[in-house]
Amino acid sequence: MHEIAPQYSAALNYRKGRKWPDISFKYLAMVGALMIVLLIVLVGYELYRSSSLSVHQFGFSFVKNLAWDPAADIYGALPFIYGTLVSSLLALLIAIPLGVAAALFLTEVAPLSIRQPIITIIELLASVPSVIYGLWGIFVLIPWMRDSFYPFLKSTFGFLPLFKGPIYGVSMLSGGIVIAIMILPIVTSFSREVLRAVPDLQREAAYALGATHWEVIRIAVLSYAKRGLFGAGVLGLGRALGETMAVTMVIGNSPVISASLFAPGYTLASVIANEFAEATTDLYMSSLFELGLVLLVITLIVNAIAQLMLRQLTNGASAKN
Amino acid sequence: MTSIDNLKKRIIIGTQVIKPTVSVIPAFEIRNLKLWYSQNQALHDVSFDIAANQVTAIIGPSGCGKSTFLRSLNRLHETIAGSRMEGSIKLFGDDLYLKSIDAAYVRRRVGMVFQKSNPFPTMSIAENVLVGLRLNGVNDQKFLKQRLEESLRLSALWDEVKDFLDRPGVSLSGGQQQRLCIARALAVQPEVLLMDEPCSALDPIATMKIEELIQTLRTKVSIVIVTHNMQQASRCSNKTAFFYLGRLIEYSETRTIFTNPLNPQTEAYVSGRFG
Repeated sequence: MHEIAPQYSAALNYRKGRKWPDISFKYLAMVGALMIVLLIVLVGYELYRSSSLSVHQFGFSFVKNLAWDPAADIYGALPFIYGTLVSSLLALLIAIPLGVAAALFLTEVAPLSIRQPIITIIELLASVPSVIYGLWGIFVLIPWMRDSFYPFLKSTFGFLPLFKGPIYGVSMLSGGIVIAIMILPIVTSFSREVLRAVPDLQREAAYALGATHWEVIRIAVLSYAKRGLFGAGVLGLGRALGETMAVTMVIGNSPVISASLFAPGYTLASVIANEFAEATTDLYMSSLFELGLVLLVITLIVNAIAQLMLRQLTNGASAKN
Repeated sequence: MTSIDNLKKRIIIGTQVIKPTVSVIPAFEIRNLKLWYSQNQALHDVSFDIAANQVTAIIGPSGCGKSTFLRSLNRLHETIAGSRMEGSIKLFGDDLYLKSIDAAYVRRRVGMVFQKSNPFPTMSIAENVLVGLRLNGVNDQKFLKQRLEESLRLSALWDEVKDFLDRPGVSLSGGQQQRLCIARALAVQPEVLLMDEPCSALDPIATMKIEELIQTLRTKVSIVIVTHNMQQASRCSNKTAFFYLGRLIEYSETRTIFTNPLNPQTEAYVSGRFG
């Protein structure tokens, strides 16, 4: 055994007395982490409990049933599931190319002096309350769509089922466009973070091989960042699925399934927001809760699929530098 | 003459460009080179010739402008916003900084290897080596295959990787990755190879392999190597340039620089009294 010199043993005792901040910090942090897990479990449980009436009544047919008729106490979720998925995917189709292009401009092309102003404006875009996008959608976007853009689409691409049928203005496509505008800031700023994380050494490797600016972006930047850009898309999809206010204002709120993008639709989030105040019967309320449960499950499934795809994308190509 | 067409032809034929007066024309003629990053002047009035088919080492303490100088030789400094240069640099007689000359064209004639190996992580070993040729529009499979083997043999990597050319480039060890980057640079048959402290992130054995490689490559390509390691400079180079505070202090035969330098600053640096 070593003998501890008296002056050190005093210090040792002193340090023993000072251990409690470490211990309390450890448990405090653990409680914080557990709270988040608990919260998710509780939300899921509450949705399940409140929807149990509807679950027992309709079983699995709830998600396959086309009819939503509160007067007859018949509830089916399929049109809302369809509306949610289609409007979100439309939004992604519009927002990802725009967002990635904007991020590329900001990281690779724009002169330094104008980068920060543009970034500030994009961040402002994210802070606009969604009801304002809704108002703009109703009074500006939809009239223009109805009178100019949709007729143009119909006359040019009318042979596709996507662009057939009567034009009302409020529609799946309007919903998708408004969601796209709303998720654009987050897709852009996340893409920008991803592109900024590409090491300059990668760009220089391409430049040194005699690549042009575009070739550098293609072989060094985009291919390095594709995994992260995919993540930006998933993040956008997560937002798009749950987007409520503005979509409710422009999508038409009609529970129909139509191949045409000009037809109105209805999303899970919209129907909950629209109808919770009128849900007079227990079964009605319970069915709305079940819609919430379905939305939660869809979000979880989308994220799971995204994780799987990510894993396949990155198979083998683990970045060391 | 259209230089790009010439380059393509050279790559496709697979022969070294014909330089009839190679022994006379230096690889680089640098005249009154000054270079600024924004307001900071990084290089002051540098003028000297770098001989062809030799290894030229650039030494000097950190921040002396040696990396900046190297980057001016393939115009890579231009990718940094706010950089500006004056003076002229000729590559085998061709002015690199003419307005009509595209920087991408310069970089196809002047290859470069960096401090840290930087293979493209999404590409396989083979794709990494051939990416420069593909950028040049070369699609002939037989030719690509042949050039792949040539380049990997030149960079002394062939025997280690020939059985798994489809694996990702980043699956190799650090030293192998650096030799892969050398193979990538050699695949387009550059006239000059720039090396920016190529061994600073490598262990002694990997460093030794790169140094041996430099010795075999010097017969095929002119090499300019920036190094922090003075032993390395004295081991592998024919000529050495000593930079200090953005100026060329002394340029001479490597043996002279290390045994009998003219300038007291050079002597102080090579004898380890500062730096």
